[in-house]
Amino acid sequence: MKKLKLSTVLLALAAPLAAAVVSIIISSVAVLASKKSPFDAYKTMWDFGTTSGSLMQVLNTATPYYIAAVAIAITFRAGLFNIGVEGQLRLGAIFGAYFGAKFILPPVLHVIAIMVIAMTIGGLWAAIAGYLKVKRGVSEVISTIMLNSLAGGLSSYLLANYFVDRTTDSNNMSTKTLPKSGQFPNLMPLLNKFGVADQPGGGVYGMLVFAIALGFVFWFVINRTRFGFELRASGSNPIAARFSGVNSRRMTFVAMALSGAVAGLAGLPAVLGDTHAFNMGFRTGIGFSAIAVALLGRNNPVGMGLSALLFGFLEVSSRSLELIDIAPETYVIMQGSILLSSVIAYEVVRRYKITLQSKELAKAVVA
Amino acid sequence: MKTKALKFLRYATMLVFVLTVIRQITGASDLTSVGTASAALLLSVPIVLAGLGGLFSERSGVVNIGLEGMMVMGAWAGGMIGTKHGPWIGLIAAIIFGAVGALVHAIATITFGVDHVVSGVAINIIAMGLVRYLSTILYKSGAWQGPSQSPDVNSIGTNSLPILSGGQYFGWKSPDLLGSLAEKHWFFISDIAAILRGITGDLSYVTVIAMAMVPLSLFVLWKTAFGLRLRSAGEAPIAAESLGVNVYAMKYAGVLISGALAGLGGGFLAIVAANHYQENQVAGRGYIGLAALLFGNYRPGGILMGAGLFGFADALQLRDSASVHALILLIVVVLLALVVRDVRKGKIIKAGATFIFAGLSLWYFLAVKELPGQLVTMTPYIATLLIMSLASQRLRMPAADGIPYRRGGLR
Repeated sequence: MKKLKLSTVLLALAAPLAAAVVSIIISSVAVLASKKSPFDAYKTMWDFGTTSGSLMQVLNTATPYYIAAVAIAITFRAGLFNIGVEGQLRLGAIFGAYFGAKFILPPVLHVIAIMVIAMTIGGLWAAIAGYLKVKRGVSEVISTIMLNSLAGGLSSYLLANYFVDRTTDSNNMSTKTLPKSGQFPNLMPLLNKFGVADQPGGGVYGMLVFAIALGFVFWFVINRTRFGFELRASGSNPIAARFSGVNSRRMTFVAMALSGAVAGLAGLPAVLGDTHAFNMGFRTGIGFSAIAVALLGRNNPVGMGLSALLFGFLEVSSRSLELIDIAPETYVIMQGSILLSSVIAYEVVRRYKITLQSKELAKAVVA
Repeated sequence: MKTKALKFLRYATMLVFVLTVIRQITGASDLTSVGTASAALLLSVPIVLAGLGGLFSERSGVVNIGLEGMMVMGAWAGGMIGTKHGPWIGLIAAIIFGAVGALVHAIATITFGVDHVVSGVAINIIAMGLVRYLSTILYKSGAWQGPSQSPDVNSIGTNSLPILSGGQYFGWKSPDLLGSLAEKHWFFISDIAAILRGITGDLSYVTVIAMAMVPLSLFVLWKTAFGLRLRSAGEAPIAAESLGVNVYAMKYAGVLISGALAGLGGGFLAIVAANHYQENQVAGRGYIGLAALLFGNYRPGGILMGAGLFGFADALQLRDSASVHALILLIVVVLLALVVRDVRKGKIIKAGATFIFAGLSLWYFLAVKELPGQLVTMTPYIATLLIMSLASQRLRMPAADGIPYRRGGLR
């Protein structure tokens, strides 16, 4: 019995380890291709990435990734694939920022109100895909991608024509700045109390706490509630789910809308915590990186947290590569190779486990 | 087959007639101009190639969301190699790069049994990152002017059909019947002539090759032993294996051909549709190709039709926004046709809802003089969504499409 336990632990570790080795080899080759030493590259990245200023940026990068990854995981558990997170979070952010600056509420309530707006918009946008899937049989993969492109055009149209704040004259079009009550407080004052010194360009988004809470809520709802059970059931076996009384079409729609609502929040960490407005510099690509984060983390709240941190770390630390004349875009190669090799490694391990089980079963039957 | 072709011709004529009437009403003369038809063809080609790519892959039972990434690889390689070694070598490089992307997809999905959509999305993310990385290196080495654009590629020659569209053969300039007919401004007749002139005149040789892929795919997949085996791998892999078909090999072939076609589509974008590679050049055309595949119900002819619609929407968007504005009127007409159909079927509530939609569209058409630029660029994506949701979704997809297969029926 003890031996079996050891092997399960080893197997659980095997996949990420193998993936890490393969991806290090691939990224080393990429660095070598530009005639530079991979060891220098890794060392520079590590030295730069582990300074406390960088670590704060890692957390800030990882927070939106994590929220968006949770949104994607909701659809994965329901047997769907929401690729439209990018568009949902963009629209959520711009509507939240615009309408959030229109009214004044007491501090906490104001932030909640902005979140509700962002969730509503993100949810409605994703609900289009859910509706088309349920009513018209349109694949949600294609419709969410089209909706992404639409959201990109729509948000720049709205910003340029209706949402832009004309009182400030700057080249960077932006919505009106949120009042103090609508800003999410930074964690920095709290960290100062624990002896962490201020860093230039530092500070940690307060939404980090929210993201962690969201991860817990996600775990609880999916694994411990009837709703979560029905969601998973309609995802893993829609026919069986229907016969046990789950309306799997309704679950599809709900999962899509819920995912969009959560995705609508993923643009807020920067809007509420840093820029306090939606402007042209709004980060693009969060939604796509989040797909990788969700896949790497296997839709598990802790796993997704770790992979969000890993992606954030690679992104922030690779900026230092510029110093030794290596393209900082190397991090994309690293993220990509980690993603693909881990997806393959998980599958190989899963198959190996099945073979192992059937062998053990055969042994038990013979004995 | 013959009745199908006739039916298609009838619908096409009806569409052109409606467009002509709308052109007459709105004065958006680009709706049926030679230039629009020609641009529509040019923009359909990458979508046709992507769609055919999807066809080969999905007929062998592998869902290929990675088409987008393979097109990106193809476009990049077309620009990179094309600037150095000329456009034809560039196209070959595009094909090879697309196939390399497909090889990764094949290894992940066929050999290791990874979920097809997951692997495809991973490939898209990786391809975009890889291309950005390589472009940055080229930019830093001084070979490129910027990290997001390749230097120009020499263009590939064009020609036209003889007699009808004024092609030049061996120094002989043939008459341009359709062209002169198009300039007569005869209601409807000139419109048809202009559209035909657009799709038969000034064709790039690559366009001709790409369009030849449609009948070629039909032949390969439905008239050869290889095609039968490939399709059997997508319909019933276990049965196929029991009859001695090497299912893995068929799936590999399907996915590799898929990547090669998608890569050619990307290379076409870089070398023929533009004259250099540019970041975000593919802009979702791989996905639109997949939409065309679904619209065409996994048949080459259907893909061609779907790609034509998307290409038309894209061409209007690029040429002028007045036509896109006029296109709203087309939507009104289509919606009204749906209302009539629903009323005949007795679905009064649905007809009412559609009627309200049609009314709103008409109101928007009358209220807005000109569409803003950011909205006009969204046309192809809106068209994709609309066409996908209006088209009947009674698809007959390959029975084992998207299901990871393992020899011996293991899981």
